[in-house]
Amino acid sequence: MSAQTSSPPRRRRAQRRLARGEVWAAYGFLLPNLIGFLIFTFVPVFAALIISLTNWDLLQPAKWVGIRNYLQLMQDPLFGQVLRNTAIYVVGTVPVQMTLALLVALALNQNLPGKLFFRTAFFMPVVASTVAVALVWRWIFNADFGLLNEALYALGVKQPPHWLSSTHWALPAIMIMSVWQQIGYSMVLFLAGLQGVPAHLHEAARIDGAGPVQRFFFITIPMLTPTTFFVMVISVINSFQVFDQALIMTEGGPANATNTIVFHIYRNAFQYFHMGYAAAMAWVLFGIIFVVTLVQFRYQQRWVHYG
Amino acid sequence: MARPMSVSKGPRVGRDRGRVSLMRRKLGAFTVGQWLLALFLLPTALFMLAPFVWMVSTSLKTSGQVFEYPPNLIPHPIEWGNYLKVFTVLPFARFFLNSFIVAASVTVLQLVTSSLAAYAFARLRFPGRDALFLGYLGTLMIPGQVVIIPNFILLRYLGWINTYQGLILPAAFSAFGTFLLRQFFLTIPNELEDAAVVDGASRFQIYLRVILPLSGPALSALAIFTFLFQWNSFLFPLVVTNSVDMNTLTVGLRTLQGQYNTAWTLLMAGSVVALLPVLLVFVVAQRYFIRGITLTGLGGR
Repeated sequence: MSAQTSSPPRRRRAQRRLARGEVWAAYGFLLPNLIGFLIFTFVPVFAALIISLTNWDLLQPAKWVGIRNYLQLMQDPLFGQVLRNTAIYVVGTVPVQMTLALLVALALNQNLPGKLFFRTAFFMPVVASTVAVALVWRWIFNADFGLLNEALYALGVKQPPHWLSSTHWALPAIMIMSVWQQIGYSMVLFLAGLQGVPAHLHEAARIDGAGPVQRFFFITIPMLTPTTFFVMVISVINSFQVFDQALIMTEGGPANATNTIVFHIYRNAFQYFHMGYAAAMAWVLFGIIFVVTLVQFRYQQRWVHYG
Repeated sequence: MARPMSVSKGPRVGRDRGRVSLMRRKLGAFTVGQWLLALFLLPTALFMLAPFVWMVSTSLKTSGQVFEYPPNLIPHPIEWGNYLKVFTVLPFARFFLNSFIVAASVTVLQLVTSSLAAYAFARLRFPGRDALFLGYLGTLMIPGQVVIIPNFILLRYLGWINTYQGLILPAAFSAFGTFLLRQFFLTIPNELEDAAVVDGASRFQIYLRVILPLSGPALSALAIFTFLFQWNSFLFPLVVTNSVDMNTLTVGLRTLQGQYNTAWTLLMAGSVVALLPVLLVFVVAQRYFIRGITLTGLGGR
C-alpha cells in the first residue's frame, strides 16, 4: 500500500540499493544450507562413486579396482536374487496398495458415519515407526502362536504357512505388512486429489444423463490420473528402498528369501565392511530408480490427463 | 444451521418426484447407502487397527499367558510389569531423550537453513542461481543409501560416531525442504515485499517480517514431516550409533530385539512405549499431519 503512495524516484532508489547488495545477501542466505548440503549430500554422492571403484574395507588402504565391483555384481547370483526379491516386492505391493487406497479414499470422500474414525484407523500405520510395527507383525506371523495362524486354525486351515520361517511365504508376509502400512499414505493423497475434482463436471454430466458408474469412469478416474501418477512414482521409489521390515522381521532370511537391495547394501557395508562393493550396489540402486522413474514419466502422456 | 437439515429430511421434490430410493433414504443424519458403506468399511478399519490392539494386549500379559489358546484379547490378570522391565533392562528413557534431541534439532536446523536458502532461490538474483538450484533438485532423486556410506566414513574420521552432532548434522541440511519452501515463497505476491522495500527494510528483515509470517502452513507442514521422519528414522542412527547410550528409540528397539528375541511381552511393551507419544500427538493433531503429507507429498519413509 505504501508502495503506491510513495513517489516513483524514491521507490527506484530503494530498489537499486537492494540490487547492489543482492548478490551478497543471496550468498548470505544460502550459505548455512549450502555448506551442509555440499558436505553431507553433494560431495558424498561423488565420493560414493569413487569408493565404488575401490576395494576399501576401512582396514587396509583402498585399492583402485576400476569397474570390477560392478562386474562382480553382474555375476553374483546372490545379487540376482536380491534384485528379484526387490522387484517382486515393488510389483507386488505398489498396485495392491494403490488400489486399496483408492477404494478407501472413494468411500471416505462421501459423507459417512464415523468418517474421522475411519481416516484415523487407515492413517495410523503411516505415522507409526516401521521398526515398532514390524516387531508386532513378526509376532502376528509367528508360525506356532501368532495371531494370524491362530485365526487360520480357527477357520479350519489345517496347516497354515510358516510365514517368516518359510522361504516361500516370508517375502509375501513382508509385503502384506508393507501394504498395510502404506495404504493410509496413498489414501490421503487420493483424498486430496478427489477433493480437487470440480463439482461442476459431475453436475454437468448428471444433467446430460450420466449415471454414477459412468461419472466414476469418465470423470473421477480421468481427473484423478495426475494424483495416481504422483502416488505411483513416489510409491515405487519408496518401495525400492525397503529395509526396516527386512531387518526386523527376517534379517533377510530365510536363505536370503527376503534379502532386498538396501538390506544387502547394509550388510555388505556395515557388517562385512565391503565399502566398495556396497557403494557400487548403492549406485546400481540409484540407476534402477532413475530409469524406472524416467520410464514412468515417458509413458505418462498415454494415460495422465492434466486438466 | 438447522434449516438445511430439515429441508433435506423431506422427500426430494422435483427430480425424484417425491420417490426416494432405498439407498437414498435418510436414517438419522446419513442415508441408508452411507450406513451400509460404513458397515462394509468397518472390518477393514478393524484390520488396520488390529496390530496396534494386539501389541497392547500382548504387552499386558505374562509370558505364560501369551501361549494360551484361544488367545485372550484382555488378559486375566493384567500384567503391568513388562513396562517396568523395559525401562530397567535398557535405558529407554535415554532412548526417548536421544530421539527427541535428534528429531527436534534436525527439525529446527532444517527449517532455519532451508527457509533462508529458499528465500534466496525464490526472490534474489545472483550468478549461478539456476545451475545451483538444478544441483539441489538433482540430488532429490538420489536414494539416501548412496550417501550413507561416505557419510559414515566421514563421521568415523571426525570421531563423530556415537555423538549427537553425528546423528544430527548429516540430516539437517535438506534439499527437499529448500525446494518445498521455495515453491511456497514463489506464491507470495511480490507487492507485499515492495511495500517493505520502500519502507527501507533489509532483505533479512523482509524474510523475517514478511515472508516467514505468511508461510505458516508450509513451515508447519515441513516441521511435522521432518520431525516424524527423524523420529522414525532407523538405518542412519543404526549405522552411526553402536553404544547403547546413544541409541535412538528405533535402534533401541532393535537392541531390545537383539537381547530378547522371542520375549514377546517385553518386545510389545517396548513397541508401545516407542509408538505412544507419536500416536497420541497424531490423534490430537491429525489434520496437521494430513495437511503436511498432502502439502509435502512425501510420507513417513
